[in-house]
Amino acid sequence: MPRESRGSRMLGGKRGVLLSTASTIVFFGLIAFFVLRAPGTPLIRQRFFDWRHMKQAFPSVASGFLLNIKIMLISEVLILALALTLAIIRSLPGPVAFPFRLVAIAYVDLFRGIPLILVLFLIGFGVPALSLPGISSYDVVTYGIVSLVLVYSAYVAEVYRAGIESIHESQAAAARSLGLSRWKALRFVVLPQAIRRVIPPLLNDFIGLQKDTALVSVIGPIEAARQAENYGSQTFNFAGYVVAAFLFVLMTIPLARFVDYLIARDRRRRQAGAIL
Amino acid sequence: MNREAAAGLANGEAIRLIGVHKSFGKLRVLKGIDLAVAPHEVICLIGASGSGKSTMLRCVNLLEPIDAGRIVVDGEEITSRGVNVNRIRRHIGIVFQAFNLFPHMTVLRNITLAPREVLGAGREQAEADAGELLDRFGLLDKKDEYPDRLSGGQQQRVAIVRALAMNPDIMLLDEVTSALDPELVAEVLNVIRGLAESGMTMVIATHEMGFARDIADRVCFLDAGVILEQGPPRQIFTAPNHERTRQFLQRIIDAGRL
Repeated sequence: MPRESRGSRMLGGKRGVLLSTASTIVFFGLIAFFVLRAPGTPLIRQRFFDWRHMKQAFPSVASGFLLNIKIMLISEVLILALALTLAIIRSLPGPVAFPFRLVAIAYVDLFRGIPLILVLFLIGFGVPALSLPGISSYDVVTYGIVSLVLVYSAYVAEVYRAGIESIHESQAAAARSLGLSRWKALRFVVLPQAIRRVIPPLLNDFIGLQKDTALVSVIGPIEAARQAENYGSQTFNFAGYVVAAFLFVLMTIPLARFVDYLIARDRRRRQAGAIL
Repeated sequence: MNREAAAGLANGEAIRLIGVHKSFGKLRVLKGIDLAVAPHEVICLIGASGSGKSTMLRCVNLLEPIDAGRIVVDGEEITSRGVNVNRIRRHIGIVFQAFNLFPHMTVLRNITLAPREVLGAGREQAEADAGELLDRFGLLDKKDEYPDRLSGGQQQRVAIVRALAMNPDIMLLDEVTSALDPELVAEVLNVIRGLAESGMTMVIATHEMGFARDIADRVCFLDAGVILEQGPPRQIFTAPNHERTRQFLQRIIDAGRL
């Protein structure tokens, strides 16, 4: 009996591999067939996928991409800090904290509602126009970072808040019962557990952030997308865009797989915990 | 009754509850609890689920604000305005039914967190003290484990050690064996027995009637938010005065739990 069931499982496995191979070939074959048959295909190949142009565009696009990475890294650190502050303010109890909670809620509502590109225009063109000494004289990259931080902090604050609220009230009660202050209970007991729980959705938001660094180019910084655009306007060839797209994908895939890994690990841990 | 009178009443007493009322919304859980606990006394609270045992303990630890009445601990009214709850809680340990260990910390860190962050103990001192306590309860080899690697009985013993690490004058135990598999109950009860023998003042909400009979100096029967009857265990368990107490104990006996 066990032999038979094992045999049939293997047959199923073999059949599965055959079927998936066949369906993959047919699926991509059909797409290739229709795409390659499209009347514009030779032109597209020449305009977007010309190897010589891609090589030629690469150095400037790649150097622009370094700016994307820089914007992203600085923004991420600031977002993590500002968003955590917002989430903590929003979870403050008591009537005295009401105005603070109100400000945090209004902030999140506002910046989740305004499209990033509008925030970029408002900050990137509006703040310099104010001619305020001290804050109106930064460079466009700074205004871009500020815009990203303002918008993404609103999202990430909500992720944090969901994490904080997912930690059972009994954990805080246990900490308080030992004499820990509200703040120390939050810092040592609630937040470490909450943050661990929201790392996958946080990283997901950062994948979005990585891509949105390209939008900063609308107020001036010469990053990868802008470099690609420049290359295109000089040579009438769009290979630079493909190069830029490739670089962005290259950067997000490891992060995406890392998120998958974390989620799978959490699931395994929970199952192990359930068995215990 | 003014505050001085309340304090006077509680002179020499570890805990005194005076007319404590507590509601959750429309649900009135405590309807005037009066109780005095002497130093080194062990009180067992018995009664059906929902009779207010847990709420009463949580009120004494100030985890729940009370609606009316007073609670006096060591001569200080802890329910008056402006009392620093963190200072009060240092002297009152509480252990919960669901252990509530911190899952992201090792056993050792669970125990040393409050001594270090609340009492300002140095790391070495806190860890040495924790090690001593763990050793006393046969848990020293578990000090570097995370809570989810321990059995329920071990987790609950760690929770007791965690409360003891603050060197409390009073321990409140809230149905600490109710979430345990039957074969793990004894190890936890033995720990509590040891605490009682060492002279710890304890208020214990429990469903373990045999244990209450053995360990309690006084048993209080809670019914519908009041202490309906109290007395030495022998009297409560063999000759209760109230019909409700008799009915409750009869149900326990029928369930084979006494």
